[in-house]
Amino acid sequence: MTTMTDTSQSGLSPLTGSARAELLRLRKWPAVWIMVAVWLLLDLLFAYVFNYVAYRTGSGPFGGDGVPPDALLADMAADAVPRIFTAGMPMFGGAIMLILGALATGSGYGWGTWKTTALQGPGRISTFGGTLGALAAVVASVVVATFVLNLAAAMVIAGVEGQPITWPNAGEAAQALGAGALIFGMWTAAGAFVGVLTRSPALAVGLGLVWSMAVENLLRGVSGILPGLEYVTDVLPGTAAGSLAGALGAGDQADGDGAPGVLTILDAGPAAVLLAGYLVVFVLVATTVSARRDLT
Amino acid sequence: MTAAAASLWDMTTTIVTTDRLTKRYGDHVAVDDVSLTVRPGEVYGFLGPNGAGKTTTLRMLLGLIRPSGGTATVLGHPPGAPAAVAEVGALIEGPGFYPYLSGRDNLRVMARYRRLGDETVDTALTRVDLHDRGDDAFSTYSLGMKQRLGVACALLGDPELLILDEPTNGLDPAGMADMRALIVALAGQGQSVMLSSHMLSEVEEICDRVGVISGGRLIAESTVSDIRGASTLYVRAEPADVALAVAMQVGGDDAARVLDDNGVRIELDAGSAPQVVRALVQAGADVYEVRTSERSLEEVFFEITAESIAGTTQGVSR
Repeated sequence: MTTMTDTSQSGLSPLTGSARAELLRLRKWPAVWIMVAVWLLLDLLFAYVFNYVAYRTGSGPFGGDGVPPDALLADMAADAVPRIFTAGMPMFGGAIMLILGALATGSGYGWGTWKTTALQGPGRISTFGGTLGALAAVVASVVVATFVLNLAAAMVIAGVEGQPITWPNAGEAAQALGAGALIFGMWTAAGAFVGVLTRSPALAVGLGLVWSMAVENLLRGVSGILPGLEYVTDVLPGTAAGSLAGALGAGDQADGDGAPGVLTILDAGPAAVLLAGYLVVFVLVATTVSARRDLT
Repeated sequence: MTAAAASLWDMTTTIVTTDRLTKRYGDHVAVDDVSLTVRPGEVYGFLGPNGAGKTTTLRMLLGLIRPSGGTATVLGHPPGAPAAVAEVGALIEGPGFYPYLSGRDNLRVMARYRRLGDETVDTALTRVDLHDRGDDAFSTYSLGMKQRLGVACALLGDPELLILDEPTNGLDPAGMADMRALIVALAGQGQSVMLSSHMLSEVEEICDRVGVISGGRLIAESTVSDIRGASTLYVRAEPADVALAVAMQVGGDDAARVLDDNGVRIELDAGSAPQVVRALVQAGADVYEVRTSERSLEEVFFEITAESIAGTTQGVSR
């Protein structure tokens, strides 16, 4: 029963079996590839292509008038990748990951696939855990792919500009990868959570995007006027994500040298703990609701 | 209960047992005190009109929804327990699959959930005659093909019990005949099948026992022949009032009933036909037709549902 050719594959745990099943259907889902491709394209455009054009033409980059060309070039160097690579993650990348999570869980209610998978026997918790495990694998792959793409872009630019290639510090790289995984992981879990609560991919994506792209920013804006509100806005998911990216040196938008969503409100430690906390809460609540709910 | 004990339990008693199973949605009682049993190796037909509570009952048996009251046992386990669900193949209220995946990939996903190898997928596709279209996207399937894929999914891993909710829904007549043949073949292999249907002829054709549900209540549970009752005599003679009088005289006052076409049904077996004809002739009636007739399940169904609605649920064979 335990040989490699065993057709029952009974050596697998229910959770592993479910995760393999979910990975197969996510891997073959064009929507997943479209979202990953859009994110990588956005990352490449905003972190390298536009900055490089700005550097070559001598004009200021978007939102960054007056940035000296040398600073632009330094941001595009290989050793700057750990600092730069999370810049697009708190808001735009996070929004895409939220859509991924929301579609992955919300669609199953309309298609009736949650019902079908619940009838296969691993148990509801394992079934949903498999989905979360597969999403985690997608997030980890996207974070690594983003890092590799940024390194490649930096090396191409260094080659074209005749600059020496300075490799990023391994510790910084590991920190940046961890931060990226935490930011994307939290937003993906948030999407999965909203998808389960609304049972509708459209509603989940809509509400999730309104929250992450509009409501949080509006609240942070109002918090300057309403005393006391900043205690709330300082601990919102987007604040934590933006602060972690900011703490790595991605730069605050206010500095004129960073992407929207990157903040310097919290330090790295509290931001990371807060992100992990949100991730755990989203995962636990979504799992509990999906396991206990009547599937009609 | 150990696996061996559970298995022994299954073999000696029943595959599915429910005891006063009930599901309420607010004030509405969708399933009301349903107590039924499915025995090993039989095809059990769950019969009732749309909205009678068939699907809700099946959902409770599979753990998709929680009962509001009562208990159920499936293969010796509580409903929805992984050990029970793993040995049940089910299709509930239409097939739910990933539209962007092919039929084959959809089954591969479900096989992985069941921790089975991919070769079970091909076997299942072949059994429902979808092998050639297995690589087409599910979203391009016709209603009947989707339904067949749902049944193929239920067959993955040769489960001990199949629970099929309206399995012939959306199939053309040839597809329906194939599906019924498949179900009979599965039962022949020793698999137990519980199927719901609103099609009386279908249940009549393939089921060993039936449970009739109406308005959420199980109003009869027995073999098809028991529910249908013994064969009767059908007599058409003129004048009709004389024919009825003779029928009542021979069979008893409660045994004769005038049908819509002025024929008379008498609760007597075929051996009484000569006596009835003789009596009719002696009474001066012209006899046009005499034959034995079995009530169709359809007639029985309307009779007992009408009785149930009238609040006279007693006296129906159980």
